[in-house]
Amino acid sequence: MGRQLKQPSHEKRIFTERIVFSIVVVLLVFALLLSRYFYLQVIKHESYKIQAEQNKIKITRIAPTRGLIYDRNGTLLAENVTTYRLEVTAEKTTNLEQELLAITQLVSIEDELMAELKEQLKFNPVFKPLVIKPKLTEQEVARFAVNQHRFPGFAIQPYLNRRYLFPVEFSHLIGYVGKINQAEYAAQDPSIYAKDEYFGKTGLEKYYEQQLHGEPGQLVTEINAQGKQLTQRIQQPPNNGTHLYLTIDVALQKAAYQAFGDETGAAIAVNPQNGEILAMVSKPGYDTNQFISGISQKNYDELANSPDKPLFDRSIKGGYEPGSTIKPYMALAGLYHQLITPEYTMYSNGYYQLPKQKRRYHDWKQGGHGQVNLVNSLAESVNVFFYDLAYKLGIDRIHDFLAPFQFGQLTGIDVAGEKKGILPSRQWKQANRNMIWFPGETVITGIGQGYFVITPIQMAQALSVLASQGKFNPLHTVKQDLSPKELPFKIADQDWATVHDGMTAVINAPNGTARSIKSKAYLIAGKSGTSQVYGKREEDIYKKNEELPKHLRNHALFIAFAPAEQPEIAVVVVAEHGVSGTRAAAPIAKSIIQSYMQANHSLLAEDNE
Amino acid sequence: MNKRFFTYMPDPTLMILLLLLISYGLVVLYSAGGIVLVERQAVRLGLGLLALYLITQIRPERFEQFSPLIYVGSVMLLIAVFFFGISVKGAQRWLDLGISIQPSELCKISLPMMVAWIFRHTALPPNWKYLTIAAVVIGICAGLIYKQPDLGTAILVAASGLFVVFLAGISWRLIIGLLVFAAASIPVMWQFLHEYQKQRVLMFLNPESDPLNYGWNIIQSKIAIGSGGFWGKGWTEGSQTQLDFLPEHSTDFILSVLSEEFGFFGVLLLFLLYALIILRCFFIAQQAKNTYNRLLCGALTLIFFVYITINAGMISGVLPVVGVPLPLVSYGGTSMLTLLASFGIITAVHSHKKLIQQ
Repeated sequence: MGRQLKQPSHEKRIFTERIVFSIVVVLLVFALLLSRYFYLQVIKHESYKIQAEQNKIKITRIAPTRGLIYDRNGTLLAENVTTYRLEVTAEKTTNLEQELLAITQLVSIEDELMAELKEQLKFNPVFKPLVIKPKLTEQEVARFAVNQHRFPGFAIQPYLNRRYLFPVEFSHLIGYVGKINQAEYAAQDPSIYAKDEYFGKTGLEKYYEQQLHGEPGQLVTEINAQGKQLTQRIQQPPNNGTHLYLTIDVALQKAAYQAFGDETGAAIAVNPQNGEILAMVSKPGYDTNQFISGISQKNYDELANSPDKPLFDRSIKGGYEPGSTIKPYMALAGLYHQLITPEYTMYSNGYYQLPKQKRRYHDWKQGGHGQVNLVNSLAESVNVFFYDLAYKLGIDRIHDFLAPFQFGQLTGIDVAGEKKGILPSRQWKQANRNMIWFPGETVITGIGQGYFVITPIQMAQALSVLASQGKFNPLHTVKQDLSPKELPFKIADQDWATVHDGMTAVINAPNGTARSIKSKAYLIAGKSGTSQVYGKREEDIYKKNEELPKHLRNHALFIAFAPAEQPEIAVVVVAEHGVSGTRAAAPIAKSIIQSYMQANHSLLAEDNE
Repeated sequence: MNKRFFTYMPDPTLMILLLLLISYGLVVLYSAGGIVLVERQAVRLGLGLLALYLITQIRPERFEQFSPLIYVGSVMLLIAVFFFGISVKGAQRWLDLGISIQPSELCKISLPMMVAWIFRHTALPPNWKYLTIAAVVIGICAGLIYKQPDLGTAILVAASGLFVVFLAGISWRLIIGLLVFAAASIPVMWQFLHEYQKQRVLMFLNPESDPLNYGWNIIQSKIAIGSGGFWGKGWTEGSQTQLDFLPEHSTDFILSVLSEEFGFFGVLLLFLLYALIILRCFFIAQQAKNTYNRLLCGALTLIFFVYITINAGMISGVLPVVGVPLPLVSYGGTSMLTLLASFGIITAVHSHKKLIQQ
């Protein structure tokens, strides 16, 4: 259809016709509305008049009590304590400005906060109480009580304040609650939430918000014709929030946090037989209690801008290269696809080359490891063995084998905020880098380098499957019955056993890379890894890690489980900028395992070092 | 410069009607919330009327010229809310800034402006090409607001755009087709509602099922209205209001207060004022000199009418509860400012046309 010409008179006629139609609609709708009001106010007047006269019952909301959080042995982790806050209802004050000024003599309010309050009062509906100060001290409560008559619009209200008993160790796992914000409130059922309630902001508090919150009850107040209160009764008690019973052991959680010393990073300990997470820390933590009644901007900025990133939950959001900790899985893939056998050997001369290519892929040991089989290659972490294996497998088979272990997938852990990460594949590279996959990239994938972005929780889920020889129990932090999943392929028992042997050799064989954490009392199986840190400048690449500033040093990784024959605990440790897995991460893993073994088996403490 | 800027007086007929309505509202507000509320509302009204006066000075060609810019600006603000609204530390921050309300409120003006702009030069009724563009423009705005999530405002904003399409003269067959389609898609839409939204609708069908929350509010509101009778209980004498049975009586439920204290007579008076304002605005729209001005004024008037209908229907129990204030009467700054600004556009269209005729 070509461009039509405007016909002003015709258009004006159409418009007038529409306006006339609109007027008819408006008048008709108004007439209908008025007839509704006429019906209510004139025809049904008598009945409503009687109802108004008899109206003496008011229904108000009783807030539910937030569920408590316990560890696996019933130790309290998060509780509610009765606290008092000062509120003002602008409508009921006689001179708001003056009274606000006078109140500061009874209750300390910083000037900065006062300015903010005055700003808030402008937006707050006058008939709604506004909190002036949460968490009053006992002295403040007492001082105000004596002077109450001077402040008609002001009142002290008791309320339940969330308190965390181990705020630093559990800062990321449990998370914290804060005042519900507009966006959060808008997405909730207003018959369940009030506008000034707590709402889980991070961690378990967020993930289990609905269960922890509960449902409000109804309070019925009877008043007389003058509005005086006569009686009060609970019409419907609130449905309090349910308590959470975690699979976490508070002692192990504390031990894991302390094992880091000054290092930063993350550690996760799980029971591979049932998927229960025993400890899950991200270091450094921070004091979550300061968030509950609103953290000051200064303190918040300090946390947000700290180079150690305490607010960042490394355990489920931190993305790392798995480094050599991927080797046990590569070994499994090789055995499964029958590219290698336990007896198969190859010669490591220190580097690996693809056919007809110049580039050399190096072993970490100059001159190589000599003739090695699979178990040796795991024990000594022989790169060349895995370069070759990866090349034989090809990227597609590697991807399809690793994905079911949850590498680069959401594990579905019951803590809010999990990140997906990246498991490299042809498709991923095409979609995200718009480039084809190069064979050299397959080679370094064999030692866990390249495009990998894996979170500690993914490593823990994979390790749990590996340690239990194929039992796929979804990881969780709150006690519950989850049906086990299954790997889409069946790996033979002796293949699992071979890889376990290799991992046991890492710690217990004379040539193992992590001999230093060997225990006399029980067998530990494990694997170290190094996760490269990018962003180094050109001239820094050839420097030794020790010569670099700390934030450019490589991350240290360690995965381990014990006892090797019948694993009860599997541990993943990431020590950021710890340089090498054996040096920085392995001792942390050992320390966590040792705490567990001491607590659960009558072991002598002497084995410790 | 002064001369140029202050020579346009807003249409006196419309101004007198608006001032009558506003004064009536303040009288009711005094009873509902006391002198503190009246003082604050008066300050906002002052600002709003000043805005109306200043907007009247702008030549309508400027609105037309800047329509796309204003539209893109408000869409960007909507996106900004989407991204930054939640990541800001706590709740208070973004409420303090007031950003959370502004962009969607702004859309109630900028969207009809944009749709009218699309149709400004094309032959009317618009062909499919222009209708598609209009649908996209409306969809973006309403979709972003729906995602906030604010279904009620999203529907109202979409309506403000659709009114322009209606006034542009699309065929009745198409209108009926759209209405049938909308009715047919209700069961599909139902799936996308939040649980509480579903409950509100169910509650509306059977208010006694939810005695604590909205159902209770509506029951109390109906008692307030009905007990008012023909002449009302008298100013500040309404027991429902004064004894706090009525919820949010200075904002969404202010018409219940009016009904209780001034009776059916008071309601009649209010609707008379509203009807006269609407008629006057339609008259201005009809007299406007070009397509853009006509469509914009007409759509702004229709959305004003829709607000009145929703609020009056909601509090008397014939429409489900959506948080829509009673235009120019309910306590609250944002909606007041937006409404007076849109009346400013209407008076601008009227005043500038007159001078050109001379």
